[in-house]
Amino acid sequence: MASKQFDIKSYTGFKSITLLCLAVLYAPLLVVTIYSFNASQSLTNWEGLSLRWYADVFTGPESAKFKSAAWNSFVIAIIAATLATTIATLAATAMVRGGKFRLRTVSFGLISLPLMVPEIVTAVATLIFFNAIGFDRGVMTILLAHIAFCIPFAYLPISARMQGIEDSYEQAALDLYATKRQAFTRILLPLMMPGIISGFLLAFIVSLDDFIITNFVKGAGVETLPTAIFGSVKQGIKPNIMAISTMLLGVSVVMVTISYLVGKSDNTK
Amino acid sequence: MAGGAASGGSANTDTYKEARTWLLLPAWVTLSILVLAPVGMMLVYSFLTKEFRGGVVWEFSFAAYDQFFCDRGLFGDEPCAIEWTYVTIFWRSIWQAAAATLLSLAIGFPTAYFIATRPERMRPVWVFLITIPYWVNLLIRTVSMKFLLRDQGPLNDALIGMGLIDSPLHIVNTNFAVQLGLFYSYLPFMVLPIYAAVERYNFSLSEAAADLYASKFTTLRRILLPAVKPGVIAGCILVFVPSMGSFLAPDLLGGAKNFMIGSLIEEQFKGNAGNWPFGAAASMILLTMVLILLMLFARQQAKAEKAEG
Amino acid sequence: MKYLVKSSVAALALALGANAAAAEGKLVLYHWFEYMPQEVLDKFTAETGIEVTMDTYDSNEAMLASLKSGAIGTYDLAVPGDYMVAIMGNQGLLDTIAEGELKNKANIAPEWADPAFDPGRMSSIPYQWGSTSFAVNRDVYSGNIQTTDILFNPPAELQGRINMLDAQGEIMAMASLHMGIPQCSSDREQLKALNAMLQDAKQHWSSFNSDTAKEVLVSGDAAVGQIYDGFAAKAREEGANVEYAYPVQGYVAWMDNVVLLKDAPNRDNAIRFMDFLLEPENIAAVTNYAQYNAGVTGVEAFLDPDLASKPEKNPHANAGPGIFIEVCDQQVQAVYDQIWTNLKK
Repeated sequence: MASKQFDIKSYTGFKSITLLCLAVLYAPLLVVTIYSFNASQSLTNWEGLSLRWYADVFTGPESAKFKSAAWNSFVIAIIAATLATTIATLAATAMVRGGKFRLRTVSFGLISLPLMVPEIVTAVATLIFFNAIGFDRGVMTILLAHIAFCIPFAYLPISARMQGIEDSYEQAALDLYATKRQAFTRILLPLMMPGIISGFLLAFIVSLDDFIITNFVKGAGVETLPTAIFGSVKQGIKPNIMAISTMLLGVSVVMVTISYLVGKSDNTK
Repeated sequence: MAGGAASGGSANTDTYKEARTWLLLPAWVTLSILVLAPVGMMLVYSFLTKEFRGGVVWEFSFAAYDQFFCDRGLFGDEPCAIEWTYVTIFWRSIWQAAAATLLSLAIGFPTAYFIATRPERMRPVWVFLITIPYWVNLLIRTVSMKFLLRDQGPLNDALIGMGLIDSPLHIVNTNFAVQLGLFYSYLPFMVLPIYAAVERYNFSLSEAAADLYASKFTTLRRILLPAVKPGVIAGCILVFVPSMGSFLAPDLLGGAKNFMIGSLIEEQFKGNAGNWPFGAAASMILLTMVLILLMLFARQQAKAEKAEG
Repeated sequence: MKYLVKSSVAALALALGANAAAAEGKLVLYHWFEYMPQEVLDKFTAETGIEVTMDTYDSNEAMLASLKSGAIGTYDLAVPGDYMVAIMGNQGLLDTIAEGELKNKANIAPEWADPAFDPGRMSSIPYQWGSTSFAVNRDVYSGNIQTTDILFNPPAELQGRINMLDAQGEIMAMASLHMGIPQCSSDREQLKALNAMLQDAKQHWSSFNSDTAKEVLVSGDAAVGQIYDGFAAKAREEGANVEYAYPVQGYVAWMDNVVLLKDAPNRDNAIRFMDFLLEPENIAAVTNYAQYNAGVTGVEAFLDPDLASKPEKNPHANAGPGIFIEVCDQQVQAVYDQIWTNLKK
């Protein structure tokens, strides 16, 4: 029987296509990672393993630019992700634990709006908005724009998690004369933590990676890592860019892995 | 997506009913100011007069939309004929995005299906493998793609090395490169919703079909596909929408010589053209198209849910 | 807990602020890419203690667009080409340097002291001057390259292997030279012909890119590249077998200038930097790096001796005239914009 069922489910060629899919997804990243360790100045020749381009990122002529860009990127990502996660957690509580209400659909539409509007449109709209109200472009404009588009990314895992938590724990607390606030902070929030953490991490990465919107709203002399990379990359792919890319890739992979492991841990409960 | 767990009942409650306005307020305020107001302002700008070489003059004008839809000749003084320039650009974007979507579907569907039919404990690992590249900076991925595909790049080197071709394939700076880049950028968006749909699919239906001597292909086409259609449509939209507005792929992989909507809009604000109202109008038209598409999708989803009962 | 969150957010915001430009002892420069050697900036910082932040752009038009979309008031100095200085002046984007503010103003070479685009040098100082035409890979094509046909009506070997600068001014001026019509012509037939000629030429071009103008020649991705003379010299020195052409129809001449922007946040520092760049030794360092020509007297002693003899610097006897890009009036500019959009659609 088992073999028959397996037979029904499997289609010849699907496995090879899956492997092809993974190959396509990973090939460019692997190539860049490998070439970032190339000792040669030229991109086309392989002259042996070396860490010189990683050293170049930290000490080379462009290191000051990349350091300040990295600093901006991380600070913006941390603040934007923190605020977006806070806003999203509160909103998710209202949406999932707030009963049925008229503005629920509208609210959901509003929260997911940044996901639906094409990025270039958000970028243009934000630029026009800051221009119209006379808000000088700088780090602040980047931060504000990032908070907005991070909200849905934080919201989705948080609300999904909350929908998976039965309310019996909170009800039990309320039955024992806990206040609503206590039920929220002592019961619901701790149970929500895995969702909140993965929401935060997703928002963090999305902010860290954003190029199009940042490029439109950034001010003079303010770079984030993606805009700094774009500035360098436009004149041709250089080995030090590959080294930075590989490091950024590493950060993303670590963050997503943490998010994944955190998400997984709550299945064991 | 909204009422995903509505059937559970006990998860969606009204425990914090009294506080919900306060809980939602930060989200409302932030998103109204930072998303709704800017889009509204963009709409206003699209009806203003352009200032010579960038910026706007606060005078009402249809000029931006007129420019979009009306061809008034090289000198702008002929009667309105249908303007094909921007239709061509939009059409190219749609076409490129559609090609990328089909490519993603061709690769993504079998992949999603394969993953969904793995043993349950292995599935998250596969999903994880598929999603990782998405979290890598889009810029880095696009640049990597360009590096891989260039005339003297590793792909051509490998193909020549294996003796498959004699001279390098010219891939970079073609429409195909743009499609490949878009496909590569958004492939995980295709895989995930289809995976979710196939995972929920009840395979006893396929078994029943097989018992009735339906061929495997017939089972796939007549039984499985209709059941997972919402997932397929969701995947297509998730690939199609961002592809249509993309600007990095045509710029880096397409040689910036064939505008797509994203590059057309970018040019109005950061490049040679400097026509803000027109850029705002083109953005509004793109946004309208996307929202209509999403509304049709939502209606289709609602219909499908109703049909399921 | 709440207090902790609040105060850490505040601290982070402070940290950000400390990193933003435009504080005391700063200078924010808006400059072409790969043009200003870091050593020159480091030297300025060492001499004055002023920290320099530099953003880059890849065309005069992109710089103008950025300034007009809100960046004015955040940069101190920019480096527009000749015609763009005039445009920026008309747009009110420049500040006036008062008489006597620039100590080294007398160093400006006499031929550049009173240019048409900024009479009396009220807002600008010369930076570098040079030419724009194109370079051809001699491994791919060995025929005659001293003609604009190479760009607009290329021989079979070069078709589909041409990179153009992503800059309206340069392409339109070159196209006008090719057709033998005046720049900014308002003659309808000439404009129509210009449009048709560009439409026809486009099929032979593989990309529009200014930033990679050098890189595509070095990597061999393009066999012809519209390019600046010094950039072509660099491409040749980085291993590309390219020859820079001075077509008989003529080529584009240009002068880049350092301009003082309106509402410069660090105006005094900007003036100091301009004075710094008017010292022969300093501007010579830029010239040696970028391989163009300075517009300052007394610079010769500091120049790389090889520079003058480079082929890119020496037009042959039959070379056409070097012409500056003209500023079109609003009506002709509208047609130019239309032609440009047609070209890129």
